[in-house]
Amino acid sequence: MLGHITLILLFQLVGEIAVRAAQLPVPGPVLGMVLLLALLLARPALAPAMEPTARGILAHLSLLFVPAGVGMMGHLGALGADGPAIAAALVLSTLSAIAVGALVFSGLARLVGTEDEDAEQARADD
Amino acid sequence: MTDFSEIWSYLSGQPLLWLTATLVAYAAADMLYRRAGMAPWANPVLIAVLLLSAALWLTDTGYGAYFEGAQFIHFMLGPATVALAVPLHANLRRAGRAALPLAGALVAGSFTAILVALGTAWALGAERGVLLALAPKSATAPVAMGVAEGLGGSPTLTAVLVITTGIIGAVAATPLLNALRIRDWRARGFAVGVAAHGIGTARAFQVHPTAGTFAGLGMGLNAVLTALIAPFVVTWFL
Repeated sequence: MLGHITLILLFQLVGEIAVRAAQLPVPGPVLGMVLLLALLLARPALAPAMEPTARGILAHLSLLFVPAGVGMMGHLGALGADGPAIAAALVLSTLSAIAVGALVFSGLARLVGTEDEDAEQARADD
Repeated sequence: MTDFSEIWSYLSGQPLLWLTATLVAYAAADMLYRRAGMAPWANPVLIAVLLLSAALWLTDTGYGAYFEGAQFIHFMLGPATVALAVPLHANLRRAGRAALPLAGALVAGSFTAILVALGTAWALGAERGVLLALAPKSATAPVAMGVAEGLGGSPTLTAVLVITTGIIGAVAATPLLNALRIRDWRARGFAVGVAAHGIGTARAFQVHPTAGTFAGLGMGLNAVLTALIAPFVVTWFL
């Protein structure tokens, strides 16, 4: 457990350093994720060992956004005259992006015949 | 007996109070969310944020003092992003099989998010600074803030737009995708990750492990794509 947390922090650290050194347009933790994925591909036996630690951290992913969310509340009033335009832009763009993304995904999956076992299951459950 | 104001002045100078308050508020919000049958409108991030905002307002506490305690939780966002590699590795073969749907949905979802946000705000007469902050808002916060700053926009405004986008996506995704009759958990999760980054991914993990994994993948891929395309697309609206 402690070893796995250390490994995760180590990959984040390497990611942060590499992103700054190479001036990459991605955040350090995203590069750290890619590098950890590469390690898991090279050492597949590590994956099941790390699974409980990763699951523990990701089970409470929502909690981690609360401090940033509280910061957001203080700025909502400062949007001023552009508030309604911003609200409309955020709602319309987020809903349409989810709809378009999901429709394109499921349409292409059907087209190339890569439907998933879960989807079959959901259909069988109906 | 010690005066309460002395105890308060000790507590308000320590990270313990607001760190604990954040965990307690989240535990209460999570309980409400479960009581509501995990209904999307009872989003635990939104409820915890409202509870804590009320507490800060009632105790006249500034965000700086709050963040002294909350920073320990905020910090864990980085390690959580790295940890996404583990479920991704477990589903890599599945993701590889869906390479074409993934690529198509990534490009379609990412462009839709940027174009509709900029088009709507532009049509409603939003000023230049707002457009610059809106362009990258579907990407995860550090990427979006970096892109906006590079364009001369405000990283603070961008952070506000990113968080709001995440909450909108987390609340709207389930009813929207049900109405569209999309049952493929990969499609549902991936689209939410692309449009609503980590907050959408957190909701997806609560709904279904496959949705969560594909949402994490969508978030990571859109972080890269948004950083590449948002600076160009925004120039069409300026």
